Amino acid sequence: MNLQDTPQDNPMTAEGYTTPDGRKIGGVLMEMRNITLRFGGVKAITDISFDIREGEIRAIIGPNGAGKSSMLNVISGFYVPQEGEVWFRGRKRPPMKPYQVARQGIARTFQNIALFEGMSVLDNIMTGRLTLMKSGILQQAMWWGRAEREETEHREKVEKIIDFLEIQHIRKTPVGRLPYGLKKRVELARALAAEPRLLLLDEPMAGMNVEEKEDMSRFILDVNDEFGTTIALIEHDMGVVMDLSDRVVVMDYGKKIGDGTPDEVRNNQAVIDAYLGVAHD
Amino acid sequence: MFYREAGDFKTSYRDDSQTFPIRFDRLRYYAVLVVAFGIIPFVINDYWANAVFVPFLIYAIAAIGLNILTGYCGQVSLGTGGFMAVGAYAVYKLMTAFPEVSILIHVLLAGGVTAGVGVLFGLPSLRIKGFYLAVATLAAQFFLVWLFNKVPWFYNYSASGQITAPERTILGVAVTGANTPAWAKYLFCAVILFALAWLARNLTRGTVGRKWMAIRDMDIAAEIIGVNPLTTKLSAFAVSSFFIGVAGALFFAVYLGAAEVGEAFGINKSFLVLFMIIIGGLGSIFGSFAGAAFLVLLPVFLKNVLVGVLGWPTDLAAHIELMIVGGLIITFLIAEPHGLNQLWRVAKEKLRLWPFPH
Repeated sequence: MNLQDTPQDNPMTAEGYTTPDGRKIGGVLMEMRNITLRFGGVKAITDISFDIREGEIRAIIGPNGAGKSSMLNVISGFYVPQEGEVWFRGRKRPPMKPYQVARQGIARTFQNIALFEGMSVLDNIMTGRLTLMKSGILQQAMWWGRAEREETEHREKVEKIIDFLEIQHIRKTPVGRLPYGLKKRVELARALAAEPRLLLLDEPMAGMNVEEKEDMSRFILDVNDEFGTTIALIEHDMGVVMDLSDRVVVMDYGKKIGDGTPDEVRNNQAVIDAYLGVAHD
Repeated sequence: MFYREAGDFKTSYRDDSQTFPIRFDRLRYYAVLVVAFGIIPFVINDYWANAVFVPFLIYAIAAIGLNILTGYCGQVSLGTGGFMAVGAYAVYKLMTAFPEVSILIHVLLAGGVTAGVGVLFGLPSLRIKGFYLAVATLAAQFFLVWLFNKVPWFYNYSASGQITAPERTILGVAVTGANTPAWAKYLFCAVILFALAWLARNLTRGTVGRKWMAIRDMDIAAEIIGVNPLTTKLSAFAVSSFFIGVAGALFFAVYLGAAEVGEAFGINKSFLVLFMIIIGGLGSIFGSFAGAAFLVLLPVFLKNVLVGVLGWPTDLAAHIELMIVGGLIITFLIAEPHGLNQLWRVAKEKLRLWPFPH
């Protein structure tokens, strides 16, 4: 199928496609339809539509101020767009608070790390599983029955993620003491702990050196591969984006100027103009 | 030398998340329990009970309560005195209205009533933070004291405006009223403190505690992982107020016996408990104990030294004592802003390596 089809052109979105490296990509998981977001008179996002498919790594790129982070904030419920619809798992999503979005199975990381500095790495990652815990406050006060069982069960899951991201040695260290690169990894771990359907990464490699970037790229690919997690990410490092992602949305001044595989985007004249600049006459 | 975690292996996650993961800590904890419940009740006299142990136990309950709200959930409160007054007046009304019901149930119910009031005054916390919330809780403090002063129903229309605790017994032994033996006062408060501290520890190490701390450390990130800020903050207000209400009930019924609201539960009380958790260490149960002990013991200690040993006049000693306490608090906040709990932790770290630190 033609990947440049927008969802409106292609109502039969269930079929999916196969990536060049042979991974099967499923149907549409999330779909943004004609999203417009304004702050007073400023249009941060203008009439943007795109979809994110099951199992896919989807990148959103664009120059500074293009509206990428605003887009992510719309998905995770911080901003409610003035126009347009958000569809998730085949249903139109009513306006929601961020914590309700989280309970639907959307987890995210932040551009400026948003960890709980006073808590240990383990506790931070355990908070990622809060939406999955069911015991009541009284049971927990007694540390009895379900509360205790749950704690152990979830600890097991969390330890798997700790193993996976290779942060065993800092398990009990307060997050405030960790270096930047590790904090980023812990934040990824916390998002993963929620077992999300959709994982949003806001500049996961910002401020990292080459080695840390390689590590992080590997983790992102592994997450996608092992857990089958759908990932939408914002990133500035073009090399990384082109390597990692299956499809790329390009934004500039709040508008979508390109959408497709990395190769298609790379050869798109509008994208080249946006990045390299073009003489306006 | 003796404080080691080496060789202390854990083979299950359950073992690893227990309160005292290091064996030596565990032994010391049992030793403290044995002393607290097996020895002190038999040797305690009136002076030690009234000057040291009973106020310490009661303030420790209040400090744990405020620490849950301020230290764990990050919501500053200056309404502690007011909430203690709610507990005191609730237990007074319950004791006089239902004399046949056990005092223990009344104390717990008084905590429940305070929890309700706390939730009510906690509602603004969704909109306001930090200093502004502190001022809102300050309003609660003044309003509650005014309410208990102005509405005679609360003090059963007594002529003096005071409330006086009638005698109530548990298993035939008086725990409130004039005839209470020192050991009964002590034991009653100690059992309640032990139970509440255990509950607080369980709450703060589990899911609820993580939610509170998440809100404290970064509320936006907390929301993004699925924490509902409203219910989480209100649950902290409820639990915290329950503790403070129980403390207020005991303070009135067991410790004071008779109370006038402005004097016993004024703004000074709010600051005292806040100092306790700041000096003891925010966000730590041990810190609540340490802070309460420090601020209860220090004046007693200074008084004994200044008046008893140095032979100064009592009034001079009282003023000097205030100055020393104030100076110590400031020194403390500059030298160790994380409180006694942090000192304790550093001492333990050092002790682990002692005497071979390399």
